Amino acid sequence: MQWEIVIGLEVHTQLSTNTKIFSGASTAFGAEPNTQADAVSIALPGVLPVLNKGAVERAIKFGLATGARIAQRSVFARKNYFYPDLPKGYQISQFDLPVVGQGALTIQVEPLSGNAKPYEKTVRITRAHLEEDAGKSVHGNSQGVTGIDLNRAGTPLLEIVSEPDMCSAAEAVAYAKALHTLVRWIGICDGNMQEGSFRCDVNVSVRRPGEPLGTRREIKNLNSFKFMQQAIDYEVQWQIDTIENGGKIHQATVLFNPDTGETRAMRSKEDAHDYRYFPDPDLLPLEISTEWIEQVRGTLPELPQAKQVRYVSELGLSAYDASILTASREIADFFEGSVNSLFSQVRSAINLGAASSAEPYAAKLCANWIIGEVSAQLNRDGLDMTQCPISAQQLGGMIMRVIDGTISNSGAKEVFRTMWAEGGEADVIIEAKGLKQVSDSGAIEALVDEIIAANGDKVAEYRSGKDKLFGFFVGLAMKASKGKANPAQLNDILKKKLAG
Amino acid sequence: MRRNKRFMIPYRARFDKALNPFMSLSLADVEKVARLARLAMTDPELQAARDQLNNIFGLIAEMQAVDTTGIEPMSHAQDVAQRLREDKVTEANQREAFQAIAPQVENGLYLVPQVIE
Repeated sequence: MQWEIVIGLEVHTQLSTNTKIFSGASTAFGAEPNTQADAVSIALPGVLPVLNKGAVERAIKFGLATGARIAQRSVFARKNYFYPDLPKGYQISQFDLPVVGQGALTIQVEPLSGNAKPYEKTVRITRAHLEEDAGKSVHGNSQGVTGIDLNRAGTPLLEIVSEPDMCSAAEAVAYAKALHTLVRWIGICDGNMQEGSFRCDVNVSVRRPGEPLGTRREIKNLNSFKFMQQAIDYEVQWQIDTIENGGKIHQATVLFNPDTGETRAMRSKEDAHDYRYFPDPDLLPLEISTEWIEQVRGTLPELPQAKQVRYVSELGLSAYDASILTASREIADFFEGSVNSLFSQVRSAINLGAASSAEPYAAKLCANWIIGEVSAQLNRDGLDMTQCPISAQQLGGMIMRVIDGTISNSGAKEVFRTMWAEGGEADVIIEAKGLKQVSDSGAIEALVDEIIAANGDKVAEYRSGKDKLFGFFVGLAMKASKGKANPAQLNDILKKKLAG
Repeated sequence: MRRNKRFMIPYRARFDKALNPFMSLSLADVEKVARLARLAMTDPELQAARDQLNNIFGLIAEMQAVDTTGIEPMSHAQDVAQRLREDKVTEANQREAFQAIAPQVENGLYLVPQVIE
């Protein structure tokens, strides 16, 4: 039986402001319980909320980055429900007039199974609205009680709601990752998933092709991409099995248990969703001027997607390389730093003021080094890009020595290892370690002559058609030069001399 | 009754009956609202609340009769925009003072009867 999967996401991003959305209390993570819970956060009677400009600015940034319309007038509403970590008895959110309207995000999807090729997809974003976070319940105190820490209460959140445009776990994860990259890229959220700065709710339903949407179940509070994929896979299979066995799906909120890999419905409370939204009389409508929007637009960095397009069209990189190099702003900055330093050296080396045909090659080398060696070493040492012991300029300087033939690829690897462990510029390391290639054709010719003279039998075999022996001669020559012979030159000279 | 389309914001939907002068709140409606608001009400209280609320909705019905064609709906009684605050920390830690008036605290936490998920 064919089934279609329909997935939509609601993502809560914690905005990286210094203070709460409606008061001047700090939002720093990890403070002692309730030391950042001021009179507004704990809802003492008589207090009034005053909106944080920094939170609004971040919402505008997000809207601009996803091509959405920014509402010039939006309204805060009360969402009413009772829970001990919500001291007011309502959450201030936005309802029918959110600050950010419909936008879109283009994602690169890498299918999780089989040999399917990566593809591009655009996911529509329904809306994004500002709201306050609730506090935290702390269990495991004295018998029969729950502890409440209201430090998090009032932390600004931007809830980003997508259309149900995704039809596989791979697409949902790709969308969540792209969103995660974007909010960090534009600096509105630190993206720390362990600390709950980026939390995903996933709505999943299944249907037979051509039929109307099935009933959805919402998987709450996923804070890792791996769990998201596991939870969706499990939930989809559960829904299909249930229907195929004659059952019916009931709308429900479910939790994913990482230990069992299963989703389980939460006890559904009658009236749980009767939130009785109404405009909050404590807050006036939020008005955002065109000037403010334009001013914020001026602060937006070049976005990951624009960079990808530019890397492909201007630098000649593959779409795959471009997407990896834009996985975070730090990686893109590092790549551009090394490419720029390399380009200026290439230009001065070949006496050109402008771009030349050597540049796509140089860019590709930079990409290979960053995607390969640099990432591998960072992973091995448990570092992120900002902690990389080698600077972008240092890497560019080293790659320049590969391009101009001073060192071979294996020499470069040794330079890289030394640079990583001990620091220093490529030229100094090359000198100290004697890694300079022999590019003097006279010296290489002499060396090749000696080898040919000493291996008469093999030369004869080669000349009689045993082409495979070529590698044997290359090996001997490299050994004789202690690995320093310029490989391209050596190849040429060997070929010529062996041909007789 | 004439209805202004622009005035049909979603908040209205909750009080659909109220906007229709031929309908009024039943006791069951009031019971439900009381339950959502965690209010324990006796039968006489429920009846009194229903009558009072129906009076208020009667007033709303009268206002609904006013022709508001072309008038932008307001979400606040004052026609001014929200003032914004700079993103600077202004609040000091007053935990001790706040927890002095809390019924029960432990290790800096406010304690409530156990919540079971």
